[in-house]
Amino acid sequence: MPHDADGTLLAVDNLKAWYAESQALHGVNFKVKKGELVTLIGRNGAGKSTTLRSIMGIVRNRQGSIKFEGQELIGLRTFQIARKGIAWCPEERGIFSDLSVRENLTLPPHLIEGGMTDDELMEAFPNLKARASSGGTQLSGGEQQMLAIARILRNGCKFLLLDEPSEGLAPVIVKEIGNQIRQLKARGYTILLVEQNLNFARAVADRHVVIEHGQVVDQLTNEELAANVDRVKTYLGV
Amino acid sequence: MFDGITPQLLFGQLLIGFINGSFYAMLAMGLAIIFGLMRVVNFAHGAQYMLGAFVAWLLLNIFGVPYWGALFIAPVVVAAFGLVMERLILKPIANLDHLYSLLITYAATLVIEGLIRQRYGSTGLPYSSPLPGGVNLGFMFMPWYRLWVVLFSAVTCLGTWLLIEHTKLGAYLRAANQAPEIVESFGINVPRMVTLTYAFGVGLAGLSGVLAAPIYQVSPSMGSTLMITIFAVVVIGGMGSIVGAIVTGYVLGILEGLTKVFYPEGANLVIFFIMLVVLIFRPGVQLNGKGN
Repeated sequence: MPHDADGTLLAVDNLKAWYAESQALHGVNFKVKKGELVTLIGRNGAGKSTTLRSIMGIVRNRQGSIKFEGQELIGLRTFQIARKGIAWCPEERGIFSDLSVRENLTLPPHLIEGGMTDDELMEAFPNLKARASSGGTQLSGGEQQMLAIARILRNGCKFLLLDEPSEGLAPVIVKEIGNQIRQLKARGYTILLVEQNLNFARAVADRHVVIEHGQVVDQLTNEELAANVDRVKTYLGV
Repeated sequence: MFDGITPQLLFGQLLIGFINGSFYAMLAMGLAIIFGLMRVVNFAHGAQYMLGAFVAWLLLNIFGVPYWGALFIAPVVVAAFGLVMERLILKPIANLDHLYSLLITYAATLVIEGLIRQRYGSTGLPYSSPLPGGVNLGFMFMPWYRLWVVLFSAVTCLGTWLLIEHTKLGAYLRAANQAPEIVESFGINVPRMVTLTYAFGVGLAGLSGVLAAPIYQVSPSMGSTLMITIFAVVVIGGMGSIVGAIVTGYVLGILEGLTKVFYPEGANLVIFFIMLVVLIFRPGVQLNGKGN
């Protein structure tokens, strides 16, 4: 796998992005190493989701550089970026209401060697197995989130962009999602996670990138964050 | 008011209603497929239907290809035309307001119809039935070709519905109707899917045109007169709903036929009256109804 000698998988450099006329990112810089679990934290509207959407090419009006395994992603279409090995789980989960749970789960094609088979997925997410023929949006919020994460494991992408998987879920479910994410890291996935829930972020991540007003204002390891919780809380406005 | 209604009149009009309904269903289905994925109100659908009939006429009169060959060739030709049209005029404006695609497809209609009228005149060209004759059912005479149209369009509608509801390809389409960017993030080439879906919908219009050629005159305006009704069908069936389009197409065709029997004065109005009622009492379904 060609990537920088220091193990960098993703390098975002001076990334700027726009929604129509309004600029959402003002030069974002950070790196993610292979096998790392990094969170993007910050207030609502700081540019966390936009960063993920820019990496995935959903936001197309962007400048700067996004290198994945040394290859430039700016200029590529979303489906081409996916085929490089990046998967995205959107904030609103994006479960298709016209499709059954099974159809939702099996929609992503096998792009890259090593994607999970349908049996493996059903085994890893037993709740979904029982509900396979239900409509996609008949699931509870937690089950929908499980489904949204499970289905992007099918196409074999090893770099996951997860947008606020804990949002709007009961604490017990959040814990379960946290366990799933840790298991994914243990399986060798590299994960970039957008989070506002600091406790959740601390429980799963190696490192944290703080975004404010469309720029990176701080980067801390999980240990550093533990020592500076109060400072980070001011970033989040809590 | 029901005096003088003979079985011949009733069943005759029912058959005409069924035939019209078959065309309404096939054309509305193509429009619904295109609208569902692209949010494009394809105003060129009538012109593309007319092109199907014209290609069939040209195949017969210039290349000597009979109806049965045209039934396969003409839809492919029209679909290819749709593919080029999507690439040349729809893709460049895909990110603009949907009003632009509506206007540009309407402009395409005017250009296509104008060119055909320029070359072949507006009076219409005859296309003889490949299945002459029929059978006397006792209460009515059933022409073979009309029976063929009813059966063939029913099979086409059923086949398209199965394709969309029960195949992987259809699942991609249904998912992309809802959130194309998420489908694309799975690594699926959505831009190509959009092009092919438009071509497929246009091909369906072409196929309807071939079916129509032996029944109606092949004329440049055959599509535009029909399209006003088709848009009413799509609105009543729920914009973008495949099943809604098919069912509404048949039901309205038959209702229109029955109105001709029981209240002939209202026959031209009944579909628009229903559209009015639906828009007043169930407007939400028309605005966001993509489901079944």
